[in-house]
Amino acid sequence: MATHLSAADTRPRHKRVLPGLSLSLGTSLLFISLILLLPMTGLIMQSVDMGWDRYWQVISDERVVASYKVTLWAALLASIFNGFFGLLLAWVLVRYEFPGRRILDALVDLPFALPTAVAGITLATLYAQNGWYGDILESLGLKVAYTPWGIVLAMAFTSIPFVVRTVQPVLEELSPEEEEAGMTLGASDWSVFRRVIFPALWPALMTGIALSFTRSLGEFGAVIFIAGNMPYVSEITSLMIFVSLQEFDFAAASAIASVVLMASLVLLFAINLWQARYLRRLHGRS
Amino acid sequence: MKSKPRFLKSIIGTLLLSGAVQASAADQTILNTSYDIARELFAAYNPTFEQHWLDKTGKTIEIKQSHSGSSKQANAIMNGLSADVVTFNQVTDVQVLHDKGKMIPGDWKEQFPNASSPYYSTIAFLVRKGNPKNIQNWGDLAAQDVALVFPNPKTSGNGRYTFLAAQGYAQKTFGKNNEAQVDDFLGTFLKNVSVFDTGGRGATTTFVERGIGDVLITFESEVNNIRNQYGADNYEVVVPKTSILAEFPVAVVEKNVKKNGTEDVSREYLSYLYSEASQRLLAGFNYRVHNDVVKKEFADTFPEVDLLTVENIAGGWPQATKDIFTNGGKLDRLQRR
Repeated sequence: MATHLSAADTRPRHKRVLPGLSLSLGTSLLFISLILLLPMTGLIMQSVDMGWDRYWQVISDERVVASYKVTLWAALLASIFNGFFGLLLAWVLVRYEFPGRRILDALVDLPFALPTAVAGITLATLYAQNGWYGDILESLGLKVAYTPWGIVLAMAFTSIPFVVRTVQPVLEELSPEEEEAGMTLGASDWSVFRRVIFPALWPALMTGIALSFTRSLGEFGAVIFIAGNMPYVSEITSLMIFVSLQEFDFAAASAIASVVLMASLVLLFAINLWQARYLRRLHGRS
Repeated sequence: MKSKPRFLKSIIGTLLLSGAVQASAADQTILNTSYDIARELFAAYNPTFEQHWLDKTGKTIEIKQSHSGSSKQANAIMNGLSADVVTFNQVTDVQVLHDKGKMIPGDWKEQFPNASSPYYSTIAFLVRKGNPKNIQNWGDLAAQDVALVFPNPKTSGNGRYTFLAAQGYAQKTFGKNNEAQVDDFLGTFLKNVSVFDTGGRGATTTFVERGIGDVLITFESEVNNIRNQYGADNYEVVVPKTSILAEFPVAVVEKNVKKNGTEDVSREYLSYLYSEASQRLLAGFNYRVHNDVVKKEFADTFPEVDLLTVENIAGGWPQATKDIFTNGGKLDRLQRR
């Protein structure tokens, strides 16, 4: 019987665990302001006194533009890669029982826990000409370390948990009844996946990919150790920011940083809007 | 049963005691802010100075060390790190403490001998055993099939010295007015770089651990240290006939020592670097020194080099930064493909 009573029926509708909306909302807003908005404003303010001409000159510098291209392409490839393998990994973790599943599940978070510089050095060691993987890949004519591929690799490594961790809960919540209904109606496994499972997963997957993408845009530690950092070929935008800081040119650094910030914000907003619309359509509430 | 509480008590007692001892360990404390690869050097120097200060004044002193990239350190000091002295590997990083931070006097270079640079070094090459590409001088580095490793001049003082040294060599070879040919040489030189690490130690790792490149270009001190550390049999040191004078400037951070009341000891800490004993210690770490006695002792370690100065090559650091290393400068132009 208990299964028929959903949580909403048994609990008083507006039971408050935290005291008052105004207080909890106020606290949340205060901390968002202190931790997120204020530093961002500080970032913008640093570039304010440089004037539009100089701002434009800094962010449209040939070398900086080359770094945007490298960063964008690498982040795109890395997040697409993560889209496939993150989904696969989440699927395996949710749908199968096997010895060591818990350990594998915990390992997924490793890139988050690991200092990214350590990740970068480790990847560089493995993929360098004389490293374990690098040796094999070299004999196949593939060079990863110290080429743009190294950047893709480092970005994929540091951001794959985003995809797994956004897809996993949705996959867990997916009710088996819908799949069973599809099966009984004679649908093949593939068409059940394509028509039943995937549409429900799609928004979470897109969010995961977008998060992975934005994280990759800003990645620094892991990338610089394996990128080779050749001007116009394998320099990432974060390195350009770092270079400006080394020259004590804080205005230029924050100008370039503001471009990355804008790109990330626009992308995140776009994904959120799209997701809201998609979900409305999916649940037929348009 | 009885032993357990006693055991605990003794631990607590020891902890309290050591805490008390630590609190009263030194009459004064100063903080030396330094560049990355000087950690071992100052770890060796500090005890000798502590003894020297005790002998001289009867007071004890504790010296704390902080190491990181020297530009990063300069930033930290301007943002409030209460460093008493700086021992850097780049003149510009000290200068910025005056220009932007207003924390040291404009004449800081005159406060200690040799332009406030108690030791110096130059840029040298590390090649693999047998020197397979037969590299003897800067000219050999622009050959067609030579792969170079040195840190990015944009992010590393080490890399800036390397670039300027190469430019100095080219100016000497082709004539200072022959700018086209000098730039041509520098362009080829830059094209031969296989990895641009952000700092000196990163470049060392790339060359030694990852086995990339034919030549590692870095400070002579670092080159010798690597050879000592990774086996003299695997690498050879090449000191080119022409290279650059790399100064390691020091300064007392006036604004902080006045506040900390550590003016005297900080000044002494830096001047003691010029004493014969300290100069010998520095030479032991493969840095070149000014003291004549020590110079003679170590004559075998440091071959004669024609040392060009940054003033000679590029008209001083501010000029070099403006002409070469800044955004859109000569370095950017040469690297454009």
